[in-house]
Order: sequence, then C-alpha cells, then structure tokens
Amino acid sequence: MEEADNMIKVTVIDRDDTIHELDVPTDMNFNMMEICKSYELPVEGTCGGMALCASCHMYVLSDHELPEATDDEEDMLDQAFFVEDNSRLGCQIKIHEGLDGLKVKLAPVDENSL
Amino acid sequence: MVETDILIIGAGPVGLFTVFEAGLLKLRCHLIDALPQPGGQLSEIYPKKPIYDIPGYPSVLAGTLVDNLMEQIKPFGPGFTLGERAETIDKQEDGRFKVITNRGTVHLAPVVAIAGGLGSFEPRKPPISNLADFEDNGVEYIIRDPELYRDKRIVVAGGGDSALDWTIFLADVASEVSLIHRRKEFRGALDSVEKVELLAADGKIKLIKEAQVVGLKGDGKLEGVSIKHKTEGEFDIATDHFIPLFGLSPKLGPIGDWGLEIEKNAIVVNTFDYETNIPGVYAIGDVNSYPGKLKLILCGFHEATLMCQSAYKIVHPDKKISFKYTTVTGVSGFEG
Repeated sequence: MEEADNMIKVTVIDRDDTIHELDVPTDMNFNMMEICKSYELPVEGTCGGMALCASCHMYVLSDHELPEATDDEEDMLDQAFFVEDNSRLGCQIKIHEGLDGLKVKLAPVDENSL
Repeated sequence: MVETDILIIGAGPVGLFTVFEAGLLKLRCHLIDALPQPGGQLSEIYPKKPIYDIPGYPSVLAGTLVDNLMEQIKPFGPGFTLGERAETIDKQEDGRFKVITNRGTVHLAPVVAIAGGLGSFEPRKPPISNLADFEDNGVEYIIRDPELYRDKRIVVAGGGDSALDWTIFLADVASEVSLIHRRKEFRGALDSVEKVELLAADGKIKLIKEAQVVGLKGDGKLEGVSIKHKTEGEFDIATDHFIPLFGLSPKLGPIGDWGLEIEKNAIVVNTFDYETNIPGVYAIGDVNSYPGKLKLILCGFHEATLMCQSAYKIVHPDKKISFKYTTVTGVSGFEG
C-alpha cells in the first residue's frame, strides 16, 4: 500500500495500556492534543491548546527530538501531577514529517479530580 | 433571598451578555458564579491573551472583552452572587425555580439560563489516596479566613503564585509554615520567589523542594503529612493543616445531577431557543450541545439572544413581545 506523502504514523498508549496506531497528516498544523481528540482518545484539551490546563499531559516514549518546552509549558507541567522527565503537553507537540514513529503514553488523570 | 426574572448560572462572557439582551426586553437578571470575579475562563485562565474572532474586534484581550461586557450591561444593574457554586434546583408551586448555592444563598426565578462554560472552577486536588478523609478536618483548598491558621502548624504544597503568596502571608500568622514543591525552582513572580527564599534563609519558614506530599496522617483530624523527597526518601512532618494549592480546573459539578440531558459533559438543547429538557431551563455557550455546535464565544452570544426571546414568553405569558432595534430605541436601563 502506498503511503501518502503527507501522512506519518504515531502510536498513542491509552491510560488502560491500549495501544492505538494512528495515521496522522503533517500538512494540517495539528498538534498531539488535537490528534488525540480527533481520534476520540480521552484527552480533554480543556483550554483548547493554550498550554493553560495540562489535561493533554503525555509521556514521550520514543527518541524523537522535540523543541524545548516554552515557559508556558513548563509553568503548566509544574502544576501537573505524575510528572516525569519525559513529560510534555500534547498541545505543544506540533506534527511534522520528522515525527514519524512518535510514541507517547497518556499521563494518568488524578482520581481525586474526577 | 434573591428574586429575579432570569437567573444566570455562570458569569463568563455569554452569561454577561445575556444580561444585555434580557435588559433590552426589560427582563432583570442575577448571575451566580463559583469564581470571585466575573469573566469566567477569560478572567481566570487567559485575561492577557488576544482573541481574534469576536465580530468587530480584529483583536481584543480576553480581559478587555470582559471589561467591555461589564460596561455594556451596566445600565441593567444585574445582581451577582460570586464565589458560590449553584448546588440544587427545585421547581416551586408557583412555577419558579429555586436555586441554592453551596453557601446557602437562595435564588428564585421563572427562568434559569445555564451559561456554565466548561463547568465551575474547582481546586485541583493532588493524587493522595486519603485526601478526602481529611477535607474540612485539616485539609483546605481555599483560604477564606487566614485567622484559622493563627498559631497553628501548616504545610502548603504547590509551586505557583498562589502557593508562594499564601506562604508569605501566613508566615506571620501560623506558628510553623512548610512549603513543599515538586521541582527545584518556583515559577511564580520573581519577587515572591525571592521573598520566600529569604523567609527560608531567616528560618521563618521551612522550604522543601523536590518533594511531594504523598500521604496524610491523623485519627479523624489531621496530625501530619508524609513527604517523599526525590533523593532523600520519605519522612513525616507533624502539622495541623495541609493546604494544597495546585490551581483550578473546571468541573460540571452538581449541574450534572439536575435531571438535564447530558452528553459528553455538555447539556443537550434544541436549536430554536436553546431550552433543555426542563421547560424554563436553558443552556447557552460552551456548556450546551446540539448538532453542529461550535464552542465559540460568538456562538454563545447568538444563543443568549435567541434564548431571551423565548424566556420573555415565560416571564410575561400575557404580554406581546415587540422586536425593536437598538439604533431606534437606544439603550435605557430599568426605571426605578
């Protein structure tokens, strides 16, 4: 099967460890939060992608190089829970061809806030 | 007790603009909001961000939009119940709805408009398994009266401005203050960070970085917290109060139990007048859901306008509504 030029493969591991292999377009300015939402994965994206809520908190499991987190993203990760060294906000991960094979895991949502 | 024509739940941009459209029809409004200030997400989350899709404004700061709306609705003198969350709704015999907040404030109105947005802003609670056991028994998320902590031992957790500011303030009130933060640096305002470091250096507070509270200890009442340090293992601190300050996040809350049709945290409405399955109760703005719904402020403005036309018929079933343009009539407040 021929791969369309503008599509890459991204793996998202759900909070219950289900593995989702997603086909993601690179020419639509998507970020990882939007990708998850469009595939109906449980990412709230409460603030719409402004790095103001941390509901798109995910762990980056693959080696792909990502741009350094901005101050806004760091501020949010500061207030998030279950933060690890590979934590990022999905809304700040912009999709481009270089991210083919990206693998992320959705961070847990604290039960106390449900 | 508050009596009004339209009780608006949520004082964000859509709730605020409802006051204007209702006012043009001579309907009075009162707003309830869990936050201590009007503006909803705009004033709480992103007051300094420019919004580009408000008709007539190539760009407007969210905070400015709220100020403008407050000015726009001023002639209609709306009442506000701020810092309280609407908890229960009951239909009375005379057909009006009685809405009571979590602080016991009673409101009566024939029409209720839920402009709840993403939900009421509530404190983000850290993932500590026995946290709920100590709520109101040593654990507080909001500081209403600092005197509660006079001469007591307190532990504050968090790394943002709220945690820093309260630590600085309570250093002079409490007998012992410990500030616990997960990271090495604080990200609040520079001079707050400096003040806190100074207080720690002077021995007025205990500063514990790279650590998190992982458990609470006590028999009924809080007696201590368990702390896990990134490198130095676990230890306990005796304390009377634990104050986690991790910001706010929106929750649909009690509205979810009001018997409304809810779909994915949004209230289902019809697209004629945005009424819910409960006659007299409407839902407008981000909180509602219908085929084709877009969560945009401008859509909420439109929904508020159409809703008011329908609400008029409930408040004044015997009067005829006359459609007037503001360019013809101007805007005049209520007499008397």
